[in-house]
Parts: sequence; C-alpha cells; structure tokens
Amino acid sequence: MTSDRARLIEEQIPSLRRYARALVGARGDADDLVHDCVERALSRWHLWRPDRDLRPWLFTIMHNQFISQRRKAARRPAPVALKDDADYTATAPTQGGGLLLQELAGALAELADDQRAAVLLIGLEGFSYDEAAGILGVPRGTVTSRLARGRERLRRLMAGEEGPVLRRVK
Amino acid sequence: MTAEPQRITDDDLHAFVDGVLPPARRSEVEAWLAANPDDAARVGAYRQQKEGLSALFDPVLGEPVPPRLTPDVVRMSRRSATVWLGRAAAGLALTGVGFGGGWFASEAVFPRMPTLRALASEGVSAHKVYTVEVRHPVEVDASQQQHLVTWLSKRMGRPIVAPDLSPYGFKLVGGRLLHADNLPACQFMYETDNGERLTLYIRINPDNQETAFRIVEQNGLTAHYWLHGPLAFAVIGEIGRDRMEQVAHTIYTAFGS
Repeated sequence: MTSDRARLIEEQIPSLRRYARALVGARGDADDLVHDCVERALSRWHLWRPDRDLRPWLFTIMHNQFISQRRKAARRPAPVALKDDADYTATAPTQGGGLLLQELAGALAELADDQRAAVLLIGLEGFSYDEAAGILGVPRGTVTSRLARGRERLRRLMAGEEGPVLRRVK
Repeated sequence: MTAEPQRITDDDLHAFVDGVLPPARRSEVEAWLAANPDDAARVGAYRQQKEGLSALFDPVLGEPVPPRLTPDVVRMSRRSATVWLGRAAAGLALTGVGFGGGWFASEAVFPRMPTLRALASEGVSAHKVYTVEVRHPVEVDASQQQHLVTWLSKRMGRPIVAPDLSPYGFKLVGGRLLHADNLPACQFMYETDNGERLTLYIRINPDNQETAFRIVEQNGLTAHYWLHGPLAFAVIGEIGRDRMEQVAHTIYTAFGS
C-alpha cells in the first residue's frame, strides 16, 4: 500500500516541478517546494479521499506550502530577485523565439504571486477554472479576475506598454 | 425572435482562449473578434503567452527527477528529522568533512555510521587511484560485462549490476574487485567520449541502514554517497552537482527501491 502511495505521488512529480519552476523561478527553490509538498502529502495521506483526483490535491498542498514560505520570506530582510536568477528557465533558449521567451519569463516574474499562480494553473497546467479555485482556496470569480489581470499585465509588459517597475498610484 | 447577443466580456475572451466556451457562445465571440481587431489582438497575445509558457517550462517534464524528491527518498529522510538532507547536507557535510583537510568525515558528524563515515573517502581514493590509469584502469573490461557482474555479485554475496549511465553520456569501461575493512568491495568505471571518468564504488553495509543522499565537493570533484540496505554506494566524478544527482538517482533505482 505504501508503495502504491509512493507511485501515485511520483507520477505527479514532473508536473509539480514544472509548476514550481514557473512559480518561483530558481530551480533549487522550486525543487525545495516540491520536496516539502511530497513530504506533506506523505504525512497527510490519510486525508486524501481516493474518489477525488490526486493531482489537484497535491497542487493544493504545494500552493499552501508556497504561501507559508512566502510569508516566512517576507519576514526576512533580503528578498530573492526572481528576475536576475540565471536559473529561471529550464532551458535557456538561444535562437528563434528565444528572446521573446526570455521576455515572457521576465514578465512572469513581475506578476503578483496570486496572478502568476492563476495564469500558470490554468494556462500551463491545464486545470479548469473550478479546479484552480479549489487549489487556491478562493471563489471562481476571483480566479477568473486574477487570470484576466495577470494575462493583461503580461501582455502589456511584453508589448512595452508598461515598465516593470511602474506602480499605478491612483 | 432573434435574441440580442449578450455583450462579450473579458471573461468570455479568456474562456475562448482556454477553449471552455459552449459552442454557441464561441461563435458569438468569433463574430465579435472579426469585427473588433483590438480584442482580436489581445486574444492573439494571450494565446501566444500560453504557447510561450509551455515552451519555457514543458522541458521540465523531461528532466530526470532528482532523487531527493521521490517519495521513497523523502520518506526515508524526513527533512525535519535529519539535519543533513539535501542542500543542508552539502553544507554540513562540507564543514564536517573539512574542506581542505581531506575526505574523512568526523566522528561528530556521523557518530553511529562507520560505513558512511568511510564511504566517501574510500570512493574518492578508488576514483583517484584508478581513473588516471591508462593501460589498466579496470580488471575486467566492459566487453565481458556479464562475466564481470556475475563475478562481483558472487564475491560481494549480493546481486550487483552495472547501471546503465549512457543517458548521461557515460559508457561502462569495466570494473574491479577491492576490499574495505576486510570485506569485499568493488568499483565500476565509466567514461564519456571526451574521456571524463566516473567511478561507482560499492561496499558491503554490515549495519544495513538506509540514508539520504550525501554530497561532498572538493576541487571540482563531486561525490554522492548513501547507504541502501545491504550495500553502501559512492559515485564520484568531475561533473556538476545537478548531473551527479541524476546519475545517483539512476544508480539508486538500478539497485531496487
């Protein structure tokens, strides 16, 4: 039974890693997040109901870990600059659309955490709006609005309509 | 009779991009986009974002999973309980081992694991002694691989395999029998086309414990080592830590989990 559990979780690790990498940037930090998620999933296995999909459950755990790490990090003096991390992408594209992809990676790092999470869960991981709402623990309407704001901000950053450090003070 | 189509909202545009609109609404959005180039351009940009995110991050799916993330390894080495897992391990092992002074871990670091304490230094010695050999790097070469693993399995009293490391560019050169603490030990040597050599050192683990992966780095050499039931393993080479971690996981898996 325990090896079943290990196998089920193991199947999801590649996509957990993909999401974590896109969410936090640096490879080491992303893998730490996945590690903590796997550890927690193992210790809370009794809370998983087999009639429900494992994947959203694991993503929910990882999201909660992410939030609590962010809170801890916020109390530390020096925040990590996502943008400057050379490790940001899995592959460093060097030709073709490479430059645009690098810009996209940079713009993604500029997004607020909650917008980035919505954009990635739906656009990269293919979760439905309802599943994403469940993972993030917010109403569906909040997810769709974070998605819309996140994508629009990405578009404006990529189009040069908005500088990375611009703060709208209205 | 014909109902006025509902106004197209931002949510509609995103649902359109994500392919989750009912067919009737989808047609309405398509008609709207045909007449509103600004919105059509936004939709195009959102679609490009999605494609771009996949191009950026899908390659992660194809990366070998670092061993420290697999449930079996996580379970065996709960981070909260063991101070030296993962990155903490590297730091602790480095201070414990003494960066400049050699590979010998102190009693304080691994108090009850004599095999573990000796493992990295034995493996590194084996690596240093034999990888510089040009004419006789191994006792039995890879052309007799079956004979080699049968012989070593017999002498070690355990099934020994030569893990396939070709995905990392390392081809088996061969192996040899060694000894440690009056017990048999053995090593396999691997080599890339560029002549980079890698050593897998295996010895008996009389106490039969399990540990997480430990890492030591010195002068460009990286060693990963761990205890896995009846056997103790160290893999040593001049390759980066990430690649070595993947190699170590492949070896771990080859010896059953």
